[in-house]
Amino acid sequence: MTPEPLAAGQARRPFPAEALFLAGLGVFVLALCLWPLGRLVATVFAEGAGPGARFIAEVWASDAARVATLNTLWAAGWATLLSLLLGGGMALLVTLVPVRGRAVLVFLVILPLLIPPQISTLAWLSFVGSQSPLWALPGLEALRPRGNPLLGANGIVLVMGLEHAPLVFLALRAGLRALPADLIDAARMVGATPLSAVRGIVLPLMLPALAAGALLAFVSAIGNFGVPALLGIPGRYPMLTTLIYQRLSGFGPSALPEVAALALILAVIALVCVGLQALALRRLAVAMNRDAGVHRGFARGRAATGLGALAWALMIVVAVLPLCALVASALVPAVGVRLSLETITAENLIYVVTGLGAAQRAFVNSLGLAGATAAITLALAVPLAWLIVARRSTVARGLGAVADLPYVLPGIVLSIAMILTFLPPLPGTGISLYNTIWILLLAYLARFFALALRPVIAALTQLDPALEEAARMSGAGTVRRLLTIVLPLLAPALGAGAILVFLGAFSELTVSALLWSRGSETVGVMVFSLYDEGNATAAAAVSVWVLAIVLALAGLVTRLARHLPEGVLPWQS
Amino acid sequence: MAILTLEGVRFRAGGAEIIRPCDLALAEGEYLAIVGPSGCGKSTLLRLVAGLERATGGTITLDGRAVSGPGLHVPPEARGIGMVFQSYALWPHMDVAGNVAYGLRRRGLARADRAARVAEALETVGLTGFGARRIPSLSGGQRQRVALARCLAMRPRLLLLDEPLANLDTHLREAMIDEFRRLHRTTGTTIVHVTHDQAEAMVLADRIAVMGQGGFLQVDTPATLWREPVSAEVARFVGKGQVLPVEVVTPGALAEVLVFGRPARMRAPAGITRGPALATVRAEDILREPGGLPARILDRQDTGAAVVLTVEVVDSPGTILRLRQTGPVPGALGEVIGIGFRDGWLIRDGGAEGRGTHSVRAEARVSAGH
Repeated sequence: MTPEPLAAGQARRPFPAEALFLAGLGVFVLALCLWPLGRLVATVFAEGAGPGARFIAEVWASDAARVATLNTLWAAGWATLLSLLLGGGMALLVTLVPVRGRAVLVFLVILPLLIPPQISTLAWLSFVGSQSPLWALPGLEALRPRGNPLLGANGIVLVMGLEHAPLVFLALRAGLRALPADLIDAARMVGATPLSAVRGIVLPLMLPALAAGALLAFVSAIGNFGVPALLGIPGRYPMLTTLIYQRLSGFGPSALPEVAALALILAVIALVCVGLQALALRRLAVAMNRDAGVHRGFARGRAATGLGALAWALMIVVAVLPLCALVASALVPAVGVRLSLETITAENLIYVVTGLGAAQRAFVNSLGLAGATAAITLALAVPLAWLIVARRSTVARGLGAVADLPYVLPGIVLSIAMILTFLPPLPGTGISLYNTIWILLLAYLARFFALALRPVIAALTQLDPALEEAARMSGAGTVRRLLTIVLPLLAPALGAGAILVFLGAFSELTVSALLWSRGSETVGVMVFSLYDEGNATAAAAVSVWVLAIVLALAGLVTRLARHLPEGVLPWQS
Repeated sequence: MAILTLEGVRFRAGGAEIIRPCDLALAEGEYLAIVGPSGCGKSTLLRLVAGLERATGGTITLDGRAVSGPGLHVPPEARGIGMVFQSYALWPHMDVAGNVAYGLRRRGLARADRAARVAEALETVGLTGFGARRIPSLSGGQRQRVALARCLAMRPRLLLLDEPLANLDTHLREAMIDEFRRLHRTTGTTIVHVTHDQAEAMVLADRIAVMGQGGFLQVDTPATLWREPVSAEVARFVGKGQVLPVEVVTPGALAEVLVFGRPARMRAPAGITRGPALATVRAEDILREPGGLPARILDRQDTGAAVVLTVEVVDSPGTILRLRQTGPVPGALGEVIGIGFRDGWLIRDGGAEGRGTHSVRAEARVSAGH
């Protein structure tokens, strides 16, 4: 064979794909993720640092703000403890004990992550409320509560604690999966029983993972709106998120400077926790610098069987029964009617999607918004992730870090920032996006871009760079390589990422609560406002629809799991 | 009396037979190496002895006490065996002394006794004064020594080493081999050492167990293993023995055979009969012999100490042989030379493989392939 001549290709000026990508992504990230947060800070410090600080102090000095802040910290603290016990215990159990049906059990543990907080709260209200079929069981009639047993601090702690337990679970489970099995085996070879190996080796090594998980749960708890909105507002237990919501919906835009200050307090608490969490994760990375087999669990035995049964019973009570109660309350004609073969009806389920205009609009809006958010964030995540991972661009890495801000900050902070930015008319047009559906789309894009970016980065990191280098040696340019090599290999991860974003956006409440308007209702808001209006059955019916869609999508993406690179799905068992 | 006995020990997992029934008796103070290609089950066998896996059949006896058998499984923490893991498995949240003392604390030793034992163990492995060092600050060789000290502090009568040298570079590996020999001499501990490197096993062990497909192929002293492999598989694994088809003319302890039609004498185990058979021949035992079997030189490799010639037998295209010779060796690529066989060993189980010349040819090609 005749060799080809060397350097025969034209030394043409390459298409400046990288620079164009970077410029476009820069505009998107800075305009949507950073600028609104900047506006928030600027609003509070409009008259300089001194007056700004004095203003915050003034807001802080009001009883309402102080009580709300203390309540927030108190409830979030106890809820985090509950998350730590439940999530941490379950992670240890499913990793170190050979439990029957581990995959399903793991799914039950992470289930609260998929279900929006307002729906979980409704489920618990149906489960333990005075109308619950639970109290009709023999022997339990005497325990039937008078009013609403979940109103106030205790209910908030319970529901938030359960809601955020998966965050601790996932953090600890990821840590445990990186824990070399040898370290436990070595302890046993020098005489440690399984229990003392867990105490002396596993737990000390897992402290950073536990801390990271707990901080994440705490941040989620202080930013949670769904649970305190349903349990705290009627229970007269104000928290920062509900106080902001009530001030803004009560006084309108005139309250903006004050709620901006409150949002800033919330943001600072959250950022401190996120910083500590990053520190904890870095310590974990130092301890576990080697990949080795995961421990396959301590030997089967009566203790293992007993623990497994206990875990199953606990998860059925905590995760399955409340949802069953919710479904049951959607299947009766009105609140208080007992579910039986005579009373069961699908009327509510049909009514909310055919007869109730606002709910119909909400479904259309949420499906459209979630679809658009998933498509746009993924389309932008691929080039950014590629620039970060394959091109090692520092600018791109910076953009990625900025994109994290709207995701880790409490949603209500983002919505205040969005209002401050888009309430004034867009420059040169005289059109304000406030009170339109477009402000929701922009807020969702800012909020969920980080969620789209993570799986793509995870998948790209595991892609052998030689694959792309080989394409380069075969003469493919930047765009061609992205389209023919990178994109096809990423497809499963992109699919999973799109579903994750869709799941998050579809039932979003916290960001939407302040941004929706008549005509641009979303399902998350719908559940909340129907319940607020006293139409609990319709709220339950909308919840059941949301639940069906969420579970179907989660099932789909879990079935996809086998084809996914590690780290794409947050809940791979 | 045997300190470790395996009787029909087997292990199944996920429907697959990982360990076929294995028998073994290990005398106190013995150094046994288990060698075999990766995936042959040697590490699993070690974990069965340790108690980290539960045998699905057979009996394991430690110092006369059954620790594994039908309905019986003594957990690893109650067996009192020491084990060095391939990854060393040092606990990163403890310093060196903490790692070494951990098991002593489990055993309930007083603080002063613990400190003395830790100091003694660290001294044995040459790490005196390293007690307060953090694990990440140690080199690979130092980690290896800490792992060893952690075992020695427990004064186990049986020490299991799972590929302890696999993660070290060549230079360190040689230093650690000397270290293991010294430790074995001075402590008298019985050692079972799993490795995929047969050269390492040859240097260290009193006896070597060669494993393949989850079972023992041969358990013998290094010398016997080298000179008298029981099967073509063992011959090929130990010292890259070359396996050839031969025709036995006169059986006997030193049998007369025909190698590609040329007469030669080869050692044979009892029970070898006339007819086709397999022989294993070392590269050192194939000589240049003017007028011998014609073979064409395909490649020559100068290793410094010796020259390795790769030749193809002219009458049997596809049969590739290697000759290892010291001193100046003439011969250019493509040249045809005569070769002869100084020594060889007939393989008893080769009879079945040896029938039918065609399959034997294929066999010879495969054996010379690496």
